[in-house]
Amino acid sequence: MIEFCGLRLAHPIVNGSGTFDAIAARRAFGDALLDAFPFSAFVSKTITLRPRAGNPPPRLWEAPAGLINSIGLPNRGLHGYLEHDLPELAALPVPLITNVMGSTEAEVAELVEAVGARPEIAAIELNVSCPNVKTGLDIGADPGSLAALVRAVRPLTRTPLIVKLTPNTADVAAVAVAAEREGADAVSLVNTLRAIALAPRTRAPWLGGGTGGLSGPAIRAVALAQVAAVVRHVSIPVVGMGGVTRVEHAQDLLSTGATLVAVGTETFRDPAVASCIASALKSLQNPETPSTSVKASEPQVEVDVNSPD
Amino acid sequence: MRVQAPFGRRRVTVTAARDVGPYRVLEAADPDGPQPWPGQFYMLAGAEHWGGGEDERPFLPRAFSFLDAGEGTLSFMLEDVGPGTARLCELQAGDELWLLGPLGIGFTAPEPGPPARRALLAGGGVGVPPLAAWARELAARGLAAEAVLGFRDADHAAGARLLTAAAVSVATDDGSVGHHGLVTDLLAAALDDDPHATVYACGPPAMLEAVRRMCAARAVPAQLALEAGMACGFGACYGCVVPVRDGGYVRLCVDGPVLDADRIEAVPAH
Repeated sequence: MIEFCGLRLAHPIVNGSGTFDAIAARRAFGDALLDAFPFSAFVSKTITLRPRAGNPPPRLWEAPAGLINSIGLPNRGLHGYLEHDLPELAALPVPLITNVMGSTEAEVAELVEAVGARPEIAAIELNVSCPNVKTGLDIGADPGSLAALVRAVRPLTRTPLIVKLTPNTADVAAVAVAAEREGADAVSLVNTLRAIALAPRTRAPWLGGGTGGLSGPAIRAVALAQVAAVVRHVSIPVVGMGGVTRVEHAQDLLSTGATLVAVGTETFRDPAVASCIASALKSLQNPETPSTSVKASEPQVEVDVNSPD
Repeated sequence: MRVQAPFGRRRVTVTAARDVGPYRVLEAADPDGPQPWPGQFYMLAGAEHWGGGEDERPFLPRAFSFLDAGEGTLSFMLEDVGPGTARLCELQAGDELWLLGPLGIGFTAPEPGPPARRALLAGGGVGVPPLAAWARELAARGLAAEAVLGFRDADHAAGARLLTAAAVSVATDDGSVGHHGLVTDLLAAALDDDPHATVYACGPPAMLEAVRRMCAARAVPAQLALEAGMACGFGACYGCVVPVRDGGYVRLCVDGPVLDADRIEAVPAH
């Protein structure tokens, strides 16, 4: 059992917001999904005050060892979420974390108050990768704007608040410190790295939304560095994510100081990968469990720039 | 109709791989998978050397409608048109695949009527597989089906051999076999002959759009098997959306890939 913001979780692997739709997955996989639910808590996609259709396609671009997406946060809006999605998500066998985003402090306040009032929701994650209407900068890119936002919404709920940090900032640790100082219960990082792709023939922006966010193994080392910077400066729990595809990557984040690890893009390649990572972690933590990687003799190591291990 | 998939991808073995004209047909053992419904699809990735190609691609799995499904076996028809399909076309018997599925919603049988409507299948190029699976299912139910198929040339028209129906007509762009012209010419002639049909179509976007317009103009019901780039295949990534007539978007992976033609204003170009 892992303790996180007062929640007791069966293992440290959760999903990144917006990388798993449990309702759609239930249609595709049926009750088998619930019997083998891969995450120890479920993080919803971002909910906004009003419904959003999302960005015009194309929305995806396959990058070297990664993916650029420009989905545009399609969702039913707060009311639709509470009425239609919440009953289904509350029936999942794990605690529910609801991710919200607003373009003004008042919007975020309304979202936090409404979501915080629902006992089915165990924690709230704030998506702060949203431009400040006055400065044009992402709220989460600027410690001052972020501090003001958390200060405004923190008193509105007793539900744990997680701030999802953007990597698109000069000093992610300063933003994390601001979140902690204003009462955030945890921070999660990283969101996607801002990226663009050009159409091969026209060299015009490929994605319907113009810019997108890069995820997958391509960003793993960057994410690990950002998580390391944040854990050095805050004492609240950290949810680490970015390019995790195997148990070793989860171990990297956990040993760096993350309390939980989120899997995102790899779930697109295998919806059950989080289960594999969680059970591999468990085997590694219980030495009496036979390991599949026991070698009879000293293993030969390849001499490359990553060696010796 | 949707058959639900086991949760998680499966590592399966390629049992046979053969060329059919310029296309590649892969057969794989899938002992743990359910019998899929025609029009459903699978996400495929090579178990080895997936990634690490030119530009470090492919990275994501690729979506393919199945061509045939027997007792614990599946087959797919591919064309090498990019890094993912190139890798899949290299696979030989004994190689392994990652496979997730069946996914999405397939075709729906024609309304029993009256008037009775026959199934009229219209395909182009790599659009053959879901129609071939559907023709087999219709035949098993004793329902008549005829097919009109379009290809670039005689070489590609070898793909027509994969579809068995009461009548199969072929058109080629260069006239090297069959009708010299578009598959929609054949479709128009078939509908002129007898308009009591439900059209099932799969092919390139421009062909599907022509089919959609023709069926709309003649008030003939049509089901279109659409295609879009997708990262996951099970509703997670929200990448494979198409705009629909009643506003907003639907995800082809969970609300399609087969859509009633009257749900969309137009078939989006890729």
